[in-house]
This record gives sequence, C-alpha cells and structure tokens, in this order.
Amino acid sequence: MKKKRTNRLNKWGYIFLIPFMTVFVIFQLIPLVNTIYNSFFENYKEGLMQIGPNFIGLKNYIKLLTNGDLLTYFGNTMIMWIMGFVPQILLSLLLGAWFSNPSLRLKGQRFFKTVIYLPNLIMASAFAMLFFTLFSEHGPVNAMLLQAGWITKPYAFLNHVWSVRWLVAFMNFLMWFGNTTILLMAGMMGISADLYEAAEVDGATPTQIFFHITLPLLKPIFIYVLITSLIGGLQMFDVPQILTNGTGDPARSSMTLIMYLNNHLYSKNYGMAGALSVLLLILTAILSFIVFKVTAEQSVDNGKVPAAKKHRK
Amino acid sequence: MSEKKVKGTSKAMRGRRTLAYIVLVLISAMCLFWFYVLFINATRSKGELNNGFTAIPSKYLITNLHNLFNGPQPVLRGMLNSLLIAALSAVLCTYFSTMTAYAIQIYQFRGKQFIFTFILMIMMIPTQVTALGFVNLVRNMGLENNFIPLIVPSIAAPVTFFYMKQYMESNLPTALIEAARIDGAGELKIFNTIAIPLMKPAIAVQAIFTFVASWNNYFIPSLIIHEQNTKTLPLLIADLRASDWQKFDMGQVYAMIGFSIFPVIIVYLFLSKYIVGGVTAGSVKQ
Repeated sequence: MKKKRTNRLNKWGYIFLIPFMTVFVIFQLIPLVNTIYNSFFENYKEGLMQIGPNFIGLKNYIKLLTNGDLLTYFGNTMIMWIMGFVPQILLSLLLGAWFSNPSLRLKGQRFFKTVIYLPNLIMASAFAMLFFTLFSEHGPVNAMLLQAGWITKPYAFLNHVWSVRWLVAFMNFLMWFGNTTILLMAGMMGISADLYEAAEVDGATPTQIFFHITLPLLKPIFIYVLITSLIGGLQMFDVPQILTNGTGDPARSSMTLIMYLNNHLYSKNYGMAGALSVLLLILTAILSFIVFKVTAEQSVDNGKVPAAKKHRK
Repeated sequence: MSEKKVKGTSKAMRGRRTLAYIVLVLISAMCLFWFYVLFINATRSKGELNNGFTAIPSKYLITNLHNLFNGPQPVLRGMLNSLLIAALSAVLCTYFSTMTAYAIQIYQFRGKQFIFTFILMIMMIPTQVTALGFVNLVRNMGLENNFIPLIVPSIAAPVTFFYMKQYMESNLPTALIEAARIDGAGELKIFNTIAIPLMKPAIAVQAIFTFVASWNNYFIPSLIIHEQNTKTLPLLIADLRASDWQKFDMGQVYAMIGFSIFPVIIVYLFLSKYIVGGVTAGSVKQ
C-alpha cells in the first residue's frame, strides 16, 4: 500500500526535471547540434555576396588546421595563460600554506582573503578598460614612472608584443590567484593534522613538511586547479578583447582562440566558426577527461577525492 | 632541552609570521592599488588628469558623474538593464536548480542515475562553443535585442545544480518531507514551503555568484544585443573602448569604469563572508 503511494509520488521526479531539461534542450542542445551541423558547410559573405550554404564535408576543418592562424592563436592563448598561471600557482601555494598553518596563527585572515578574492568579481571588461586607460601613453602609470624618474619618455605599453601579453597575463593572474588560494587552502586543511604532528616530532623543518607532506597529498586538487584553469585559459576573451579593442594587436600577437571565433561570428563565416567551436569542444572534452582520470586514480592512492566530485560521482 | 626547543621554534615562527604579514600586505596593496587609482582619477577634472598623477582625491566626482549621465552613452539605462537581467537570472537559476536537485535527491525513478551523470557531463561544455548555434536560434526566434535569451538559459545551470545537490545531501532531512506528506501537503507545496526555506543559505551563495556572472557577462550579450537602449554595462564599456576615446573627457571615462566596478565592490564587502566561504563549498565540499 505504502509502496504504491510512493511510486505514484515518484512521477514528480520527472515533473521537477521538466524546466531544466526543456531549457537545456532549447538553449544548449539545439545550439550545439546546430554548431556541429554548420561546421560541415561552406557559409560566408564575400563582400555583399552570400556564399553557400553548401555541404563541403571536412574542408572547414582542413582549412582551419592548415592555414596557420589557428596555431598562432592557440600559441598566443597558451603563452598568456602560462605567464599568468605560473606566478598564480606559486603564490597560491605559499599563501595557502600560510593560511592553513595553525601554528602560524595569522591574524586578519578574513580581511586578507576578502581582499585577494576581490578582483575575481570585477567585471573583466571594465577591468581591462581600466588597465587600458592606466597604461596608455598619457595615463597615470606612465605619469608615475616619469615622476619617479625611472623613464624619460612615456612607454607605449600597448604597442609592444610582450608588454601587452604581460598585461593580459597579469590581469588574469590578479583575477584568479585569490580563487586558487582558497581552493588550495581548503585542500591543505583537509590533510590530517596527525601527519604534521608526526613530522614535527621527527624534527622536520616547515620547508621539508611542505615539500614532503603537503605537496604530494595536494596532488589531486592541484591537478584539478591546473586543468580547470587551463580550460578557463582556452576561453580567454574579455580581457584581451577589450584591451586591444578586438584587434589582438600588436600584429595579432595577443589574439586568442575565442577572439578568433568571435571574429568569424561577426563576419558571419558560420562554417569556420562552427569548425573552430567543434575543435574547442573536443579539446575541452579531452582536458575534462584527464581531470576525471587523474583524480580518480589519486582517490585510489589516497583514499579520498577532495575536488573530483565536481566532475565525477 | 625541550623548553629550549620550543623557544627556538617560536622564534623561527615569529620570523615566518612577520614575513607572512609583509607579503600579505604587499599582495593586498597589489590587489587594491588599481581601484585606488581608479577612484582618485574619477574624482579629478580633465585638466587635472593631464597634469600627471597625484595620490589625493580631487572634488570633481559629482561633476564627472553628472557629465557621464548626460553624455552620449545611456549609462543609467545600461545599469538598469544589467540589474534586471542579473537579478532575474539569479532568481530563476537558484529556484530551478534547487528544483532539479530536489528531483534527483528525493524521488526514485527510472533513469535517475543516468540523468545525474548526464548533467555532470554537460557541466564542462563552455558557452562559447555553442555560441554560433545559440545566435542562430535567437535570430530565428526573433529574440535579438531581447533580454529573454540572456535570462531564461540560466534555468539550466549544471554547476548551481551540483552545488544544491551537495548541500541537500546533508541539510535536507527526508523525515520532514515525509511528515508533510502525511499532513496531506502536495509535492509542489512541500518543495516551496519546506525545501526552499531549508536551502536558503545555499540559495543565497549561488544567487550572488549567478548575479555577478550575469552582471559581468560580455561574450554572449555582445552577440545578441545591438540596440543602444538594450545594452548592458559591459557592452557600453566595449563601445567606449572602440570609440575615439582620446577625444573623451578622461574624467568621464574613469567615472564610467568606476560606475561599473564600485557597486560590485561595495556589495561584495557586505557579503564577502558568504562569497569566500562559497568558493570552496561548491567544488571541494565532501
């Protein structure tokens, strides 16, 4: 009797899933299928003339992979990601170790965490616009450097390949290291205090403890942070787009993959935009799969999975 | 012997603590410096801005804001548009993500495990990858320059769903739901009057994150919104960057950037406890 009533109620499981599924199908699944479909067609504007849509099989992909632009923009994206990620992870490890160390008894942790997380919430486009004005030739940064006597004439930060890349990387670093610190810190707090005590009794120095206990046990969450940051890095768009006004200047050296996609979308070259999207999807899928794999293996080693649950389960 | 050792450690510890404070203060300064310069420059006049940088605020903030609101860009309208889109997205996203999580958590039905795994799998699809199809769809539906395509998709948010599911596992006692059923309450009513109130802390955290993400969103709106009066703040910032900005009154440019950034900072300072705590809860919570 009771079982029957529960069974009757269980149809509500399906009913409550309707909003999510309907919206997912309309606004994500149909667009995804449409994107993949478009990637097999020649469909663009040449001047005022519309070419296509004509089915051309894999030709968009071949064109994309052989004309060299893709590799250049992929390279730009990766270079700027690495330049932001390496200092980010080093600083986050250091700060995470300090925050999570009970014997250090740091005061004002709330304040510091609040401050370092702050840039993450700032509108990336406004932040990039801010850096654009601050680092322009007549902007305050040049004014300060001149007033301090460190330079004799204004430096055109936005006209040099490496200064633009450093600005993009620095903004990404600033926006994300607080987030990474908090994630790593949570991982470090999850490590059993007994291990640290045992190491201290054995006379290990804080540096030894960090390299021989904290780091190895942190590996799963470390890889999680690495790959999610890489996936995020592949999607890099707002900051370089606004900073360079969509040009990726100088000489397209700061043009990222998504800026490339955005250009195809604006010029209505749907075939190439579709093929590029599918390649990005495949790349993201591979990276996500690595997160699954590695964190799953680690969980067998360590008996627990701090971060993997977001993707697994 | 042991006392000596403790003393030694504490001395080394003091040194490490001092170093930690110095680094933390420097890092904090590095985070806040840019916003400080922004604030100073937003208070200075065009003429003052051409005379290099000073560390002391001037008195033209009101003038700059006044010029900004009466300038060529519909800034106030942009803020209202952003506010409306972000607020509605946050409400729809949290309500329906809770509902989806509730369906998976409370009921037993065929295909449940599959649906759960499926939602986790689609979590990794970046929005940019489906942008082409999304823009085509929106055009075919005649919804360009409309807020619907910026609000309604937030109903299907796998990340928020997952957070809600995690939170429910430890904070939603099934006994309460059973009791309400015995009292004769309908399933939707139970969800609205028992589950939603119990989920309030999680809803608050996710509402903040969804709001901020929507408020800051630039890529998708830039593909959908073209009319001046329906633009959101990030689009107006992009227009400002694309315009011949050197002819602009720079005080006004800084006021515009500050106008997009400072409201979020002020709200953040009030809610930081929930936000910083919420970062880890979603991804690391066991």
